[in-house]
Amino acid sequence: MIWLTWRQFRTQATVVYLAVALLAALLAVTGPQLAELYAATGDDLFGRITSADQTVYYLGLAIVLLIPAVTGMFWGAPLITRELEAGTYRLAWNQTVTRTRWLATKLTLTGVATMAAAALASLAVTWWSGPIDQAVNSGGTGADPFYPRIDPLVFGGRGIVPIGYAAFAFILGVTLGVLVRRTVPAMAATLAAFATVQIAMTLWVRPHLASSVDADLAFTEAKPVNIGIDTVREVDFGQPGAWVLSEQTVNASGQPATLPASLTDCPSMPDCTAALTRAGYQQQVTYQPAGNFWTLQWTETGLYLSLALALTGFCAWWIRRRLT
Amino acid sequence: MSAVLRAQALGKKYKRRWALQHCDLEVPAGRVVGLVGPNGAGKSTLLNLASGMLTPTVGTIEVCGGRPAEGAEQLAKVGFVAQDTPTYASLSVADHLDFGRRLNPDWDDAVALDRIRRLGLDLTQRAGKLSGGQRAQLALTLGIAKRPELLILDEPVAALDPLARREFMQDLMEAVAEHGMSVVLSSHLVSDVERTCDYVIVLVDSRVRVAGDVDQLVGSHHRLTGPRRDPATLPAGRHVISASHTDRQTTLLVRTDIPVHDPSWTVTPLGLEDIVLAYMTSPAEAFRDTRPVLEVLR
Repeated sequence: MIWLTWRQFRTQATVVYLAVALLAALLAVTGPQLAELYAATGDDLFGRITSADQTVYYLGLAIVLLIPAVTGMFWGAPLITRELEAGTYRLAWNQTVTRTRWLATKLTLTGVATMAAAALASLAVTWWSGPIDQAVNSGGTGADPFYPRIDPLVFGGRGIVPIGYAAFAFILGVTLGVLVRRTVPAMAATLAAFATVQIAMTLWVRPHLASSVDADLAFTEAKPVNIGIDTVREVDFGQPGAWVLSEQTVNASGQPATLPASLTDCPSMPDCTAALTRAGYQQQVTYQPAGNFWTLQWTETGLYLSLALALTGFCAWWIRRRLT
Repeated sequence: MSAVLRAQALGKKYKRRWALQHCDLEVPAGRVVGLVGPNGAGKSTLLNLASGMLTPTVGTIEVCGGRPAEGAEQLAKVGFVAQDTPTYASLSVADHLDFGRRLNPDWDDAVALDRIRRLGLDLTQRAGKLSGGQRAQLALTLGIAKRPELLILDEPVAALDPLARREFMQDLMEAVAEHGMSVVLSSHLVSDVERTCDYVIVLVDSRVRVAGDVDQLVGSHHRLTGPRRDPATLPAGRHVISASHTDRQTTLLVRTDIPVHDPSWTVTPLGLEDIVLAYMTSPAEAFRDTRPVLEVLR
């Protein structure tokens, strides 16, 4: 059964693992230089970083983010559906191998391959990006094109969450495949469903996976970065590695308020800040501190793996009950 | 003799339609069984139930003494060549043999290789490039080399031309003779079955109309031709399968174990095809009570 699974899977496996290997090679070649540069320059890293490094940074991030979606679509969705479409499941199910073993072998081998591909890519990218992530978190100047690793844009391309994503996307593909019973629509449905779950997770679930910090900050400690017409949109409160969930400007009595009229004619940012402070205004910030990164990683990975297990159970039940 | 396939009050319902119902069968081992009936009669349903691809809605089915597809041991006993003889299009003929070898502990490699050689199949060719007949032969090879006690074939020759049909059947019969397994095969053509099977099951409108040994069926069915009269006046023990009348003459197709001595009837023997067609075309009411039929023929 292992032989059959491998025989049917080897082409797709080769393509994805080749891509991961190429990425790993690219990172292995460029990574040491970046690490040396960081060791030499410290937080001035961003002044010396090359545009090539920036390209590699985003390329690696994109690949790690894409692997779960790609394996879910191209490994998960066709895994059982292709057999249903071609009728070959009737050949496979009449050998001396029970359906349970057939399904378990296919799901285990392909699922583990998916998770391993995501793990390898994420490991390589996390290692390569280490200096940049550290420089961002310690407030290196000129970090504009880079985001802290806890930020939603980068979070899914670091650490262990890609493994959870990959496991979930894979079994999601398998499940939608056996429900839809046609490969191409199942692939499209997998992509749509996976993207929906990822967005929902980032917007509504992840902020609550670790305890966030609520802080009322005077404008002396939170420097306005972006002031809108009636509110301070963004402040720098000395935690460049944090993920800001929400922030709003409140008046002296702690109520959300529009900015005082006197602010419209302050000539410069320090003047504005001084005016706001005099009026007793504060910025209310809710954020996930940088230190919560690994708590969020482990919790979210666990959540995705649990979802994957639940889908596996459903998939096995469906194949045993509904396809007969 | 032990039964290779035993069904009791077996029925299968899809959504709201019964594909098979009130099916009672007891097929002895060591036979080549033909399952005939028009398209949509429930042949595939019965065979899929026997191979465990489907589970019954009501009743029970037992194959080689066990529940279909329950555990590896049971799977080893039954070979199933599904309709349209599915094979993996991207795998070569050699890969298919490898597949059979690795997935079946009782696999007979010599038989498989010998058959492939005799059929003239190229081991390196992909199954997707084979003709319908070659693919059917490849699927049959997988079924035979698995060395099952019972080989079930669902419309194995449906996609083949008449010559390939004949070759396939001949080849199947040789393999059966060589390995001594029981076979159940379905076809919507009586001629496929007539040449090869020694036991026949006629399935019409999701019910078993008649099942029995071919020789017994042929021996107990006669065509009676004589002056016009009401079929109801026949003596007891004669079941009229079909009747047709002209102004002066009555032709009956009857099943009876008692010799017909009435000199007013001209008795002519019937071929299997005539008998099967009579059962297929006559109205269902005539067989409301199918049990006695099976009792007599068992």
